[in-house]
Amino acid sequence: MCLAVPGKILSITGEDVLRSGTVSFGGINKQVSLAYVPEVRVGDYVLVHVGFAISIVEESEARQTFEYLKQMGELEELGPRP
Amino acid sequence: MKYVDEYRDRATVQRYARAIRRLTTRPWAIMEVCGGQTHTIVKYGIEDLLPKEITLLHGPGCPVCVTPLELIDKATQIAARPQVIFCSFGDMLRVPGSSSDLFSVKAKGGDVRIVYSPLDALQIARENPSREVVFFAVGFETTAPANAMAIFQAHMQHVENFSVLVSHVLVPPAIEALLSSPDNRTQGFLAAGHVCTVMGYEEYVPLAEKYRVPIVVTGFEPLDILQGILMCIRQLEAGRAEVENQYLRSVRRNGNRPAQEQVTRVFRVVPRKWRGVGEIPQSGLGLRDEFAAYDAEGRFGVAAYAIEEDSECISGEVLRGIKKPQECPAFGGRCTPEHPLGATMVSNEGACAAYYRYRRLEQQVAGAGKGS
Repeated sequence: MCLAVPGKILSITGEDVLRSGTVSFGGINKQVSLAYVPEVRVGDYVLVHVGFAISIVEESEARQTFEYLKQMGELEELGPRP
Repeated sequence: MKYVDEYRDRATVQRYARAIRRLTTRPWAIMEVCGGQTHTIVKYGIEDLLPKEITLLHGPGCPVCVTPLELIDKATQIAARPQVIFCSFGDMLRVPGSSSDLFSVKAKGGDVRIVYSPLDALQIARENPSREVVFFAVGFETTAPANAMAIFQAHMQHVENFSVLVSHVLVPPAIEALLSSPDNRTQGFLAAGHVCTVMGYEEYVPLAEKYRVPIVVTGFEPLDILQGILMCIRQLEAGRAEVENQYLRSVRRNGNRPAQEQVTRVFRVVPRKWRGVGEIPQSGLGLRDEFAAYDAEGRFGVAAYAIEEDSECISGEVLRGIKKPQECPAFGGRCTPEHPLGATMVSNEGACAAYYRYRRLEQQVAGAGKGS
């Protein structure tokens, strides 16, 4: 029910509560309300829930899942055991 | 990055699973709040990657499941009226009320339509000015801004043949109800990433402190879930109880302010009954007086009344993490997604339905193996 899918903004039209954009979900395009992400720009990725962008996906933050174990200082020990 | 496939990477999944096994020294029970997370956990077999000390409890985080029986009955009553076009998200249609469901109403000739967005329902209202268009506004905090916007636009553009049947629920009061219950087993929470995308996570700080539980805001892909579990286990093993954010790529501390403002403009906090759990104070949203004209309950005069649930169903205990789906004698026999007895079997995000879909065969294979 709370499913939200990431997609890339291709174009933006309208203003304020009627601001919307075309968002590409892996090649499938849909019209999405951008009323709740006023700072969004063409080329950004947004998370879309029931036709509304609810956040801008931060690329720098997205990488931390892949760096977390390293930061934990465990990566060395976690390699395959002999 | 496309923000999907990377978070299903097998090698990284295994590294996380090893880190969790290495770190775990004692039994811990962790509850994922959101039905979307339950679905990922069961679909990808994440429990099988974890050490036996860790138990995942599946929480009440499916708005479809917790919508009370009375509201489903109101929906079917309204949908059956000849002048009405009743619009809903698809997963509400199969949910059984006390005597019928929306699919049956549609089969008998009711004009029931599945929409992807509440704005689609508003558009149907604009295109059909001689009909009454009713939208079934269910959901958690994630969906509230979308539903608020449809009501706000209807008001702004004077779309007077549009109304909403509201059944909105809020996550933090439900977590508090679980934690304050004497039979609570949960020691740590994975909070729902998309709810927190909208609301932020400040509200969870007092809960973590008061009940001494770690709360980790977590996403929905397999790696998100595993990282959330690892962060939660690290806190539990170290004796910490803090709010942490795993889902950094989407969740900001204060959430989405414009979305929150729109929700506050249209809705106010009210008590709500949760199917399988009961009434929880201040746990839902209802329309503010300024928008009362858009309330379908008032417009169609459907009366309030209470109905008892099927006594055999243990969904209340499943929703509170006290029992697992297979512990129910009706599971997979008298209760299936086609003929659900209660809340957790009705939507594919409910714990019982997810177990039925992904783990039933595995249990049959295990059972057959034992017999031979």
